[in-house]
Amino acid sequence: MPNELFNSFMSGPDERGRFGNYGGRFVSETLMPLILSLEAEYEHAKTDPAFWAEMDDLWKHYVGRPSPLYFAERMTERFGGARIYLKRDELNHTGAHKINNVLGQILLARRMGKTRIIAETGAGQHGVATATVCARFGLQCVVYMGAHDVERQAPNVFRMRLLGAEVVPVTSGRGTLKDAMNDALRDWVTNVENTFYCIGTVAGPHPYPAMVRDFQSIIGKEVRTQIMEREGRLPDTLVAAIGGGSNAMGLFYPFLDDKDVQIIGVEAGGKGVNMKMQHCASLTGGRPGVLHGNRTYLLQDDDGQIQEGFSISAGLDYPGIGPEHSWLHDVGRAKYVAITDKEALAAFQLSCETEGIIPALEPSYALAHVAKIAPGLPRDHLIVMNMCGRGDKDIFTVAKALNVNINTGA
Amino acid sequence: MTRIDQTFRRLKAEGRPAFVTYVMAGDPDFEASLDLVRGLPGAGADVIELGLPFTDPMADGPTIQLAAQRALGAGMTLARTLELARRFRQSDPETPIVLMGYYNPIYSRGVADFLTEAKAAGIDGLIVVDLPPEEDEELCIPANAAGMNFIRLATPTTDDARLPKVLQNTSGFLYYVSITGITGAAEANADLVAPEVARIKAASDIPVCVGFGIKTPEAARAIGRIADGVVVGSAIVERLASGQSPATVLEFVRTLADGAHGDG
Repeated sequence: MPNELFNSFMSGPDERGRFGNYGGRFVSETLMPLILSLEAEYEHAKTDPAFWAEMDDLWKHYVGRPSPLYFAERMTERFGGARIYLKRDELNHTGAHKINNVLGQILLARRMGKTRIIAETGAGQHGVATATVCARFGLQCVVYMGAHDVERQAPNVFRMRLLGAEVVPVTSGRGTLKDAMNDALRDWVTNVENTFYCIGTVAGPHPYPAMVRDFQSIIGKEVRTQIMEREGRLPDTLVAAIGGGSNAMGLFYPFLDDKDVQIIGVEAGGKGVNMKMQHCASLTGGRPGVLHGNRTYLLQDDDGQIQEGFSISAGLDYPGIGPEHSWLHDVGRAKYVAITDKEALAAFQLSCETEGIIPALEPSYALAHVAKIAPGLPRDHLIVMNMCGRGDKDIFTVAKALNVNINTGA
Repeated sequence: MTRIDQTFRRLKAEGRPAFVTYVMAGDPDFEASLDLVRGLPGAGADVIELGLPFTDPMADGPTIQLAAQRALGAGMTLARTLELARRFRQSDPETPIVLMGYYNPIYSRGVADFLTEAKAAGIDGLIVVDLPPEEDEELCIPANAAGMNFIRLATPTTDDARLPKVLQNTSGFLYYVSITGITGAAEANADLVAPEVARIKAASDIPVCVGFGIKTPEAARAIGRIADGVVVGSAIVERLASGQSPATVLEFVRTLADGAHGDG
């Protein structure tokens, strides 16, 4: 049925790496041959059964996939409306969805004969995942991390070092995730022969947004099977948190052509999106621009200078968003909302108290939106939310936000 | 024919390579920067590259990063950068100005409006680091159509198969990046660069200038012997950052120019 094919939301990107007007390959000439050869390698691997057989084996025995789809009974009772399911990607090895993608990229790096892996990290989850898989395969690993994030995510810095990675605190710019990405790109442009850049989200130059999405799509594929087993039908609503947007893209992508499935991405609204630049909500509070190899919605001033986001969650503290989200936003296939830090903290506590799950701060934003909509929805409405990370790394930040001294408990 | 084309034609007739200087517009502030830029032709610069400040200069080393931060901190914008060019142009109708930077401030302004304003300000060419040939429709083709040169970078990773694509819509000159890396980092090696320049010149008649990692008059001299032009940026910006006056910096520029030109 050619007409249906034409209308598919799953056919992007085009050969230029565009999702509508977003995406592309905005990189320096030095990097252009590198991303072209990566694209060729990925195109080949994508249809190679041996590649996916190796992925499936590692996903099952090393990561612990499939992750459970869990019916959150007490949360459902508490809200008194929709039935809430949590996709438990926080149970993955290394505690977040990040490793789904890292495995794919490291296998590609090995196929390309690269011996040195570089990565950027914000909260540290992608850095930990990269350091982990590099240790597993005996590859050299260098992780760029904003100096500010090194400070607020000390446990993850120590984890990466235990795993044998070199963590480079980035002081250029203002020392946050976007600056870490700049320095990783500067490293890559310098070490073109042996180095593979393992990007942690659905952003960057083509083919990264599509490639990372494909690796993360295991989340949504599993949800399709699992919800059919549990409920005999597809969910009504999907909800996921968005920084760069990889866990969300992974959950959403396999459902894009299921028109009856409502899709909601939740951005970090910081102190509130109407508070000037005290947030990281690129779609809700930004406009299209070009940064880090792709065109997408960005937080920027009138002159096109990039602005710093603000969020209590280091994992969402990025002034951009994956280009496919920008496109889904513009065409209206997905809806994007913002949740404040305060609302996310309340949801964090609610998850601990009602389900015995200590979530990462990132999915707490998604949960806060679930808490807003669930009570008003009918009891047969199915919500699937991606619990994309666990909160061990965040207990210090949360304690501080709640004015609790973690050592004395007072 | 742009001022850039005319300059390279004249230098070719004289049998001299071009000396191309890079400074960041508005570093450390608008007036001091304008003074420095005004002094560059007198110190031997044949072409001026004017840096357009950007918060996230991904291809630049710490020297240019900090220069951009100083300029932005002093209130520099795209509009003020064009104003600086316009003020320079009032007293110097001849020296070509190439605006060098990243795409987002231009995209944010709007390509059509930007090209009109840049041309009116006396800008002759553009180097936009994050626009490879794959994105030519964005700015390269409209700029060439507006009579402005679009100067492309070729690098050690640009192999023979790719070179025609890089050369295709390039005009004015080709900027050969001497190293894999960022500005102000490793030192350019003339012995390694010479065959690369020869490779490009075999494929095209366009002048080839070499930049990245050229820091001293001696290095400028070595590159000047093998290329149509020598680009120096970070070494000049570094001196400005260390607190030297524009006059002292211009004395250093003079020594670089003499080196590049093979004089003195």
